[in-house]
Amino acid sequence: MKSSTPTAPDAGPVVRYGPDPLLRRPGALLREMATDLLRSRELAWRLFVRDVSARYRQSILGYVWAFLPPIAATATFVFLRSTGVFSMGETAIPYAAFALIGMVLWQTFVDAMQYPLRSLTAAKPMLTKINFPREAILLAALGEVLFNFIIRLVLLVAVFLWFQISPPATAWLFPFGVVAIIALGYMIGILLAPLGMLYQDVGQGLTLLTTFWLFVTPVLYPAPQAGLATVLNHWNPVSPLVTTSRDWLTTGPSEHLGGFLGVFGVTVVLLLAGWTLYRLALPHLIARMGG
Amino acid sequence: MSSIHEPAAGASPEEAGSPRGRQDDTDVLVVAEEVRKKFCRDLKRSLFYGVQDVAREALGMRQRGDRLRKDEFWAVDGASFELRRGESLGLIGHNGAGKTTLLKMLNGLIRPDTGYITMRGRVGALIALGAGFNPILTGRENVYVNASVLGLTKKEINAKFDSIVEFAEIGEFIDAPVQSYSSGMQVRLGFAVASALNPDILLLDEVLAVGDVAFQAKCFNALADLRRRGVPFILVSHNMQHISRHCTKVVFMKKGRVEFVGDTQEGIGLFLADMQGSDHHDGPDWSIVNGSGGVAFTGARFLDADGNAITRAKTGQAVTFAVDYERHAASVTDPLFDLLIRCRGEKLFQATTQSCGQRLGSLPAKGTLSVTFDSLPLHSEALDFCFCLMDGETHELFDWKRNVRLNVESDPRFTGVLSLEPTWTVTPRCHESPLSTPEAVAQEL
Repeated sequence: MKSSTPTAPDAGPVVRYGPDPLLRRPGALLREMATDLLRSRELAWRLFVRDVSARYRQSILGYVWAFLPPIAATATFVFLRSTGVFSMGETAIPYAAFALIGMVLWQTFVDAMQYPLRSLTAAKPMLTKINFPREAILLAALGEVLFNFIIRLVLLVAVFLWFQISPPATAWLFPFGVVAIIALGYMIGILLAPLGMLYQDVGQGLTLLTTFWLFVTPVLYPAPQAGLATVLNHWNPVSPLVTTSRDWLTTGPSEHLGGFLGVFGVTVVLLLAGWTLYRLALPHLIARMGG
Repeated sequence: MSSIHEPAAGASPEEAGSPRGRQDDTDVLVVAEEVRKKFCRDLKRSLFYGVQDVAREALGMRQRGDRLRKDEFWAVDGASFELRRGESLGLIGHNGAGKTTLLKMLNGLIRPDTGYITMRGRVGALIALGAGFNPILTGRENVYVNASVLGLTKKEINAKFDSIVEFAEIGEFIDAPVQSYSSGMQVRLGFAVASALNPDILLLDEVLAVGDVAFQAKCFNALADLRRRGVPFILVSHNMQHISRHCTKVVFMKKGRVEFVGDTQEGIGLFLADMQGSDHHDGPDWSIVNGSGGVAFTGARFLDADGNAITRAKTGQAVTFAVDYERHAASVTDPLFDLLIRCRGEKLFQATTQSCGQRLGSLPAKGTLSVTFDSLPLHSEALDFCFCLMDGETHELFDWKRNVRLNVESDPRFTGVLSLEPTWTVTPRCHESPLSTPEAVAQEL
């Protein structure tokens, strides 16, 4: 009798742990990734429900906190712009609406970038003590990012009603824009997570970078047409995503579509690479975390 | 060393088997072959090595598993053993011997640096009770999360929910936030969830050490139930009573190395003997006088009934503790001799010549002070004798020495500090039995 065809009624799966690089057996690795992803759905849902329901339980304002940051940022910029501290190009829709939509998209990008590392850090005690499908943490984090966006969607609807903007025919493409923005942030987040679990510098650096990044991205101002800002804008992967999504939702077809598709394609490839890296790295990281 | 057991690249799990050719034996559920794992003492360096390891892994390069880098040491160094259906293994050893690291490798949390582990079946692990508990959420919500983390489906949890709550004895608190629970309640709930698992192999790390008596009794019965069903488990514990009661064999680890695999009692004996040996023992420094020096101790030894010097004694044997001294003061009369016997820092016995109503008289210039015990009804492995000599009147301390060690060969049937000879009987008790009913006691009085 061979162990590959177990005859004992309760013979379970046979697992073998060793030092050999998992990449040398890519077939098995991909199979495991796929099964674990499927296996982790239910747990991911549980973790997502746990985190979301615990998040605002000790708070009076509750979900209002999800709206406040973009509103605060927008209000600041509306004020600064009205005082003429700095000048910017004209926007096709009222500036407040333009900025608020931009901030909602930007916040979603930042969430997607920061949640993987944040969730993994919070899950350290579990990771070091229980063997569960590791994808669950990432999926739960993704769920939270989506959830946050859906809450902020309420804000967008309010903006459209308040400023009486009628969405163009391209508005139905907007969800794809959001997906691309989340994918990009999430990809960066996952790629940085392994290093971030070892060195806190990554998390700190990411926060700092985010602030800086906001100001070189046409979120609170329209895409620049000339000067140094144009160059920065050209190499900034978030720019075409934010600009295209906002255009789709408010004005119509975007001239940045080419950039959008390019960034999205690269994102998907790197996302798979990041996921693989995460799986390969985790046992090594757990060995370094102790506990 | 690792190359011997390395299968060809691309070896599938099906080809995996122990080097002893037990591939076909589906009764062997756990096989560890020459498993090693290294850790790093220095945090910064450890993190850097982590980056290195991840980079090699990401590039598909073989780790240099058998080589130690700077500041690294073997946390587990060549562990090999098997576990069959129906067996239960106790993992024993000092703190830092590598038990938990080995358990984590068996659970697949971390991978061996060299060697292989094969696990056949669904593995359940109780390494941390209530992992994933969120204190703000209610017990009910946490049961669902915790059970999911441990691998139960929603259906299974729904089916077992009531029995989990009942087992945990949480009652109506199940809908209160977990942060309002006592630590005992949290542990009970954690164990209740974990016991709802139905694994083929179970790993337990010190989970029996927590909780009150009622809870521990439940744990024991849960283990007994596992044994009845033939589910093999690996139990890490510092409590040898638990190990000897529940394990059919033991692995004794010392500084990462497996010192012994096999019979439970033998393994426990080796571990206890080792603990005694490695229990860092500083005998007194006879060249230093700790006191005024009016009388100085120059040496001490133990004698048996025939006056032969011994370093080991059997429980119950007659022992004389003899201390040599030199008197430097002009004269010393009726000094006070204070003797303290300790075991691992804990006081077992203390007496002075004064408290025993004895006088030593005038001390000769050189002599030996002896304390004789007709029987030493002590059961500890190592006794440390501490003693001092004082002036009987002024309590001027002449000299003071600590930790002269006497090893005791204790009776392997018993544990504990005291050596008693019990007799066990059963007597039937009728309703009218005059013995021990409160009324009978009252009548007798």
